[in-house]
Amino acid sequence: MKNTEAIEISKEMKASSPPTGFQVIAREFMKDKLAMFSLISLIIVIGTIYIWAWQIDQTQLMRISLRDKLAEPGEKFWLGADKGGRDILGQLIVGARNSLTIAIAVTLITSFIGVVIGLVTGYFGGWIDNIFMRIIDFFITIPTLMIIIVFVTMVPKYNILMFILIMSVFLWVSTARLIRSKALSESRRDYISASKTLGTSNFVIIFKEMMPNLSSILIVEMTLNFAGNVGLETGLSFLGFGLPPSIPSLGSLVSYAFDPFIMENAWWNWLPAALLILLLMLAINYVGQAIRRSADARQRLG
Amino acid sequence: MWKTIVKRILVMIPQLFVLSLLIFIMAKFMPGDPFTGLITPETDPARVEELRIKAGFYDPWYVQYVNWIGNAFQGDFGRSYTFNVPVANLIGDRAMHTLWLSLLSVFLLYLIAIPLGVLAGRYHDSFLDKSIVFYSFIVYAIPTFILGLINLFFFGYELGWFPTSGTVDIKYESGTFGYLWSKFYHILLPAITYALLATTAIIQYLRTEIIDSKSMDYVRTARSKGIPINKVYSRHIFRNSLLPIAAFLGFTITGLLAGSIFIETIFGYPGMGKLFIEAINGRDYSVITALVMLFGFLTLLGSLLSDIIMSIVDPRIRID
Repeated sequence: MKNTEAIEISKEMKASSPPTGFQVIAREFMKDKLAMFSLISLIIVIGTIYIWAWQIDQTQLMRISLRDKLAEPGEKFWLGADKGGRDILGQLIVGARNSLTIAIAVTLITSFIGVVIGLVTGYFGGWIDNIFMRIIDFFITIPTLMIIIVFVTMVPKYNILMFILIMSVFLWVSTARLIRSKALSESRRDYISASKTLGTSNFVIIFKEMMPNLSSILIVEMTLNFAGNVGLETGLSFLGFGLPPSIPSLGSLVSYAFDPFIMENAWWNWLPAALLILLLMLAINYVGQAIRRSADARQRLG
Repeated sequence: MWKTIVKRILVMIPQLFVLSLLIFIMAKFMPGDPFTGLITPETDPARVEELRIKAGFYDPWYVQYVNWIGNAFQGDFGRSYTFNVPVANLIGDRAMHTLWLSLLSVFLLYLIAIPLGVLAGRYHDSFLDKSIVFYSFIVYAIPTFILGLINLFFFGYELGWFPTSGTVDIKYESGTFGYLWSKFYHILLPAITYALLATTAIIQYLRTEIIDSKSMDYVRTARSKGIPINKVYSRHIFRNSLLPIAAFLGFTITGLLAGSIFIETIFGYPGMGKLFIEAINGRDYSVITALVMLFGFLTLLGSLLSDIIMSIVDPRIRID
């Protein structure tokens, strides 16, 4: 008897407590049908790409067969073939997998660096903050795109890992700046002062007490950065300074369009990749904006 | 006012110094040297060695740095080995092309963004507003090179409305009206592409600014005096909201520079962005270092310009 009562009470408590982070996000998505549609199609598309790419034999895919040079879309190749007679659809799937993996890796690395630096500088302030702010100011004023390109061409033994590292070195700055400004105002709150007077260590305060309160901002930042990184990676590969030429990427598929003949007469070589990038960017950004709205009580729809 | 400007310029100097040091170190790590391009099977290795010593290739790095920076201040960035002309002349030619493209882009940008922002703000929450907000979301999400390519494919190749590369049709003579028109015609599509992509920030800013102004006291006063609603919008609100938009000019320059690498490469337009890609592909290091330095300087100048305009427009943010 006593037991059921306890359950009753806990149920009631649940109903009256304010919605937590994920519930708010879920409500926002229920309200905004287009965001829900973007999210679901994003999950389906990315899932399909990863599973399908896993099934494709890459050496078979990249084998040149001149008989199928610029084959039109048809039964043998659903999306036609490129100049070397290689299947475009297969390259599209593998390329999308590579582009997404790189963007995810860069997003995780830059978020990690940005969060740690942002939290530490924002929490401690003083000379640590000053030093890092000067460094951040410097990174903001340099022409990032050009310097990444120069690094990519300069580095010996260039490979995917190197590419991810070069991108990460220049892209942690905006996250660090955002998290710093939030941490700065958060560290003045009463609960932090209370924790300090109790003798809690700085490490615990920063990562266990302050960080959860910044998580919604971080999720928004990571989503939008992910979109930005997909754009940057494909853009760099498009110019020829991304993935090595033997590894397909969405950007290098689009770069077939540099050949005016292919641009005009073999649209199936570059247009599908361009449209896939476009759709990915629209969907990821739309999801990001919906999460951003849910993080700010004034803008919520639901 | 002047104090603010001087202070901002003083902050710029160490940033430029660190940037130049970074570029110098990068240039040192680049494989090869200015004479690698001259080596042919017939060249005498001793002769190349002599040239290297003469150019100070074996001096300590700080001596080389001071020489390089000193020359750069006098506008001497060395010679381009692929084009075999002084780098300053090469960049000068290309910079004019980029300048024309940028001017038209900025003009079109404001021409498109201001009316859209004003309409969205004025008819807040209407269907028109929602479509404008949706449009600004889409152009925010599209990567530069995708829109550039799709525009080029659709309007340049499929419909044939625009030329697909170059700066001017060769059949016109320099100085005639046809020549100028052809030049304008060549930069129109790249400029529209750029302008469309950059509209988001201005539209969103203007829209929120106008929505906020609607409930301000001065607007209510104007209305209660009997000023027609159209006039309140065009005279009172618009003027107040427009000034901060001017401050976007600085950021626009920064965006244009990064965008020029993609736009100029796609549209085959021989400006600085395309020169950079050509220099990278040709391993033309003196051109690369000069361009990175120049772009860094212009980026700094852009943010300086924004800060100055901002401090003129809004005295509250002046640092004292």
